[in-house]
Amino acid sequence: MWVGPAVLLIAFVVLWPIVTMFKTAFQKISPYGVTEGPAGWSNFTQLTHLPVFGLVLVNTLVWVVVIVVVTMVLSLGLAQLFNLRFPGRKFTRWALIAPWAASVLMTGIVFKWMLTTGSGLLLMVGHWLGLVSSVSHANPLGQAATSMPWMIAVAVFVSLPFSTYAILAGLTGIPSDIYEAAAVDGASRWKRYWSVTLPLLRPAIVVATLINIMNVFNSFPIIWAMTQGAPNNSTATTTVYMYILKQTNLGQSAALSVVNFVIVIILAVFFLRVSGWKAGQD
Amino acid sequence: MSEYTVTARRTAKSRARSYGGRRPAWKTVILSAVMYVIAFVFVFPYIEMVLTSFRTDKTLLAPTVLPTAWSFSAYTTFFQTTLFGSLGISLIIAFGATAVVFLVATPAAYYAARYKFKGRIAFLILVLVTQMVQPASMLIGIYVQYKTLGGLNAVWALILVNAGFNMAFAVWILTAYFGSIPKELEEAAQVQGCSRIGAIWRVTLPLAGPGVITALIFTFIAAWNEFLTALTLISSPGKQPLPVTINSFMGAYGTDWQHLFSASVIATIPVIVLFALIEGKVVGGLTAGSIK
Repeated sequence: MWVGPAVLLIAFVVLWPIVTMFKTAFQKISPYGVTEGPAGWSNFTQLTHLPVFGLVLVNTLVWVVVIVVVTMVLSLGLAQLFNLRFPGRKFTRWALIAPWAASVLMTGIVFKWMLTTGSGLLLMVGHWLGLVSSVSHANPLGQAATSMPWMIAVAVFVSLPFSTYAILAGLTGIPSDIYEAAAVDGASRWKRYWSVTLPLLRPAIVVATLINIMNVFNSFPIIWAMTQGAPNNSTATTTVYMYILKQTNLGQSAALSVVNFVIVIILAVFFLRVSGWKAGQD
Repeated sequence: MSEYTVTARRTAKSRARSYGGRRPAWKTVILSAVMYVIAFVFVFPYIEMVLTSFRTDKTLLAPTVLPTAWSFSAYTTFFQTTLFGSLGISLIIAFGATAVVFLVATPAAYYAARYKFKGRIAFLILVLVTQMVQPASMLIGIYVQYKTLGGLNAVWALILVNAGFNMAFAVWILTAYFGSIPKELEEAAQVQGCSRIGAIWRVTLPLAGPGVITALIFTFIAAWNEFLTALTLISSPGKQPLPVTINSFMGAYGTDWQHLFSASVIATIPVIVLFALIEGKVVGGLTAGSIK
């Protein structure tokens, strides 16, 4: 069979862990990893009673919404700029690729380094601009109030290239005679963007937004590199907290994993609906 | 989909020409300058990464933009650190995952492009689902699965996980390329005495070359950069791939920043260059499944 190996690979690598995850979520497992029998829904109820649970959910919601909205708005602007003709366009577009290709972990580490108390490059720049009072005392990753915005900024930074390229692909697919027609009709530049460009970009925007939501929701390396959820899980999202819980309570961690997974599936179904994926059409 | 890439690029060129044709020169200069500043913003963390790797022990934490003294010792002593072994493990995982994806996705994509077989739609939906759910969303399941199978600390586990979760991209790209190659070419080769497989190997696959290369490079980079699954499955220090070892260098007992950054440079810069080669086709592959 031609398709056989692919189906086998998917079954082994993707479907098997899904089943395992659901089974584990309903088992009682000791901190040493010994399975002590069925647990019913107790892992889920205990999970919701954890003091940090609400905080982690709020963090995740803020994380996803802020990053995706800021990324999409900025990439609409960036795509518009990169679609113009100017000397060096090829080179500057190439530079835009870097955060996309580089490992997100490495990018997170460099930003952590650039925010190091005493010598961080970004702190020095902030000092010159008058934003940071003292380079040797500033510790932006020390508390959630400042570390969350920084990590969100890094996540936007690594999400921008894909979104910008996706919208650029949409932009270049718009025939120029539509603009000429709109210009003849006397539409202003802004009016033309609002009523011609944006509606035609809708498919590209929808797909880029939803792919971003998936990626950002599941993202782990930035937070792990920069704060590991510290202090006191105040900067953890569900994915990060799931990893932290795994070390102490595998059953609860699996329960959180199930919650995460169900959210992803709901998003995926929504994704297919909105993007108008119709099975027979390709 | 494949025609999409070609026509999109052509319209891009012709439209760009008609767009900014009558802009005064000074505006073009300002625009160009602004774009270079934006470009710089996107690469400066990686420049800082390279610069830091050249700092000496003494000037490491000096508050200067450029290193005041330069040293290559982070690279010359790289071989003596655990990072060197991790580099090898990362290479095995990335090449292994790429090989598995090539062997598995090529026949599947070929078949899906050529035949309207029963279950074809179900197969394509299954592939799309694997693209959308990521290892992170079923991490505990993955952990328990490989713990049961004896796959903790094993390279094969990471090869399979990376291959499985990145196969979708290869299937989309290859289905599009195979679909655009006329069946008649293969039939002609078969008339000339080629076997079925021979015809695909000698005619179809080379014609789909750019698609194949894109799929392979993409898989390689994804497996190369993967962090969370590797961190979860591989706990023994001598068996960890590069990202996990780099991460463990940020320990509480004082970070070996220069080696960390020389390793980051080695892990990052080649990948950025590779990615630049396939950039034009990546967006199509990532969004293909969803915009049918």
